[in-house]
Amino acid sequence: MKETKILTKDLNLYYGQKQALKQIAIDIPANKVTAFIGPSGCGKSTFLRVLNRMNDLIDNVKITGEVLIEDVNIYEKNIDVVNLRKKIGMVFQKSNLFPKTIYENLVYGPKINGIRNKKVLDEIVERTLTQAALLDEVKDRLNDPGLSLSGGQQQRLCIARALAVEPEIILMDEPASALDPISTAKIEELIHELKSKYTIVIVTHNMQQAARVSDQTAFFYLGELIEYDKTTKIFTNPAKKQTEDYVTGRFG
Amino acid sequence: MLDITKKTKDIQGFIFINVIRALFFILALLLILLLGKIVIEGASKFNIEFIFSSPTNNMTSGGIGPAIFGTLAVTFIMIIFAVPLGVFSAIYLNEYAKDTFWTRIIRTAVNNLAGVPSIVFGLFGLGFFILFVGRGLDNVLKTGLLFGQPCLLWASATLAVLVLPVVIVSTLEALNSVPKSHRDASYGLGATKWQTIKYVVLPQARPGILTGTILAISRGAGETAPILFLGAAFFLPTLPVTDICIGDYCIPMINPMQQFMYLAYHIFILATQSSDPSKTMPIQYGSTLILITLTFLLNITAIIFRYRFRKLLGKTK
Repeated sequence: MKETKILTKDLNLYYGQKQALKQIAIDIPANKVTAFIGPSGCGKSTFLRVLNRMNDLIDNVKITGEVLIEDVNIYEKNIDVVNLRKKIGMVFQKSNLFPKTIYENLVYGPKINGIRNKKVLDEIVERTLTQAALLDEVKDRLNDPGLSLSGGQQQRLCIARALAVEPEIILMDEPASALDPISTAKIEELIHELKSKYTIVIVTHNMQQAARVSDQTAFFYLGELIEYDKTTKIFTNPAKKQTEDYVTGRFG
Repeated sequence: MLDITKKTKDIQGFIFINVIRALFFILALLLILLLGKIVIEGASKFNIEFIFSSPTNNMTSGGIGPAIFGTLAVTFIMIIFAVPLGVFSAIYLNEYAKDTFWTRIIRTAVNNLAGVPSIVFGLFGLGFFILFVGRGLDNVLKTGLLFGQPCLLWASATLAVLVLPVVIVSTLEALNSVPKSHRDASYGLGATKWQTIKYVVLPQARPGILTGTILAISRGAGETAPILFLGAAFFLPTLPVTDICIGDYCIPMINPMQQFMYLAYHIFILATQSSDPSKTMPIQYGSTLILITLTFLLNITAIIFRYRFRKLLGKTK
């Protein structure tokens, strides 16, 4: 029996008057990779940002319904957003390293959490670089600017940076969409490695990628969750016509 | 068949580019004439003695030391007023304030303030700082006539108000140029708003803020009109300096309650109220050259900062 990590009930999101998410109910299992697919503007990225309350930063967004992470509603008044985001790491579409060194990028999260001990920070850097399979490539140049790395390395460094605050969940918003096939393969391999320790939610435009990396797949269309099931089922025998049309490339 | 060897005639473009060229040369020529004249006429005065000594013989000889000192002192106190206020206002407007009717009014007001003629700021300084704040302080503190008169403090405060919009606008631009994705990265790692501003936004915006601030300062240092009524003196035998003593140990400090000489005002006086133009003319050119050199140095510093800023930004985008 799988363990539920994230559960949403009757989730609605409005940008001003416009409703962007309609009655989303989903349960995302722990230590699995869950992919969100769907055409542009279908709400999948918006929904991803609901899960760590990134939408709080945008004016004029209204959210109703519940998001339960380990049975705690994260939209409850007593929830501390800052601590919530420490628990839920995020990797963005374009690598957004700070214009600092590789080392400084990695220790940014731990440092704002009050870790000052150089030895502890060094250990975090080594651990996260190992986890992101980047240690061999950058171990001699930790004091080089993060932006001197290649695009794929930068994105893996972003993943390592997210791991440095020891999250339980990692949200990835099209993490490989700007990368070449080899870098993409490395990211996918990494996702595969990470899922034993973390719950991963990934938004992707690339259906082959969803099929390759995920255990569960959710198909979004026009703000609604159309179908959510095991990835193999979604791609081989979807229950809904719309899902079939999308995964077979008939629209989208 | 399209003949690809036939030259396309672009007569409008030809005329346009040459008119622009001509205008550019006229502009460059004017600038060279103006600066050249000042440099040639002022060069004889451009020496250490002129810079440090006081005017003598009814300003027909001697140097301009007190005027340079006054300019630096006023500018220094102006920085203390204007920079923190301007930078923090901009941080508030850009990072914290929501986009409401009132914040839009404030933004518009800041932009309009930058276009107000400087003499208006002078009158404002006289009316607000000296007559209202100064006299008010005197009444409350029973200090007689200490604050309610023209002096260095109020001149600095007025210039600070004058350059405030420039500082705010350039800081806003610098803050705006920090990519949103960097803020998202910081929030995503569990940083608070202040941590994000302090560790991500401000380090990247700092060169831009410094550039704008320096340009604002050089503008303030060159102004004459606002300080006309605010304590700029025709001639003063002593510097606006008082010794602050702790026991036997004394250090000279700028006394903000005194009047002062000011470079831009000094040039104005020499040009309009000279007792002997044939003798004051070289001094006037010398003073102008030194004022231009001062603002030029400030602008060069700003350009260097901006260059480094662009390089940094070029890498991150």
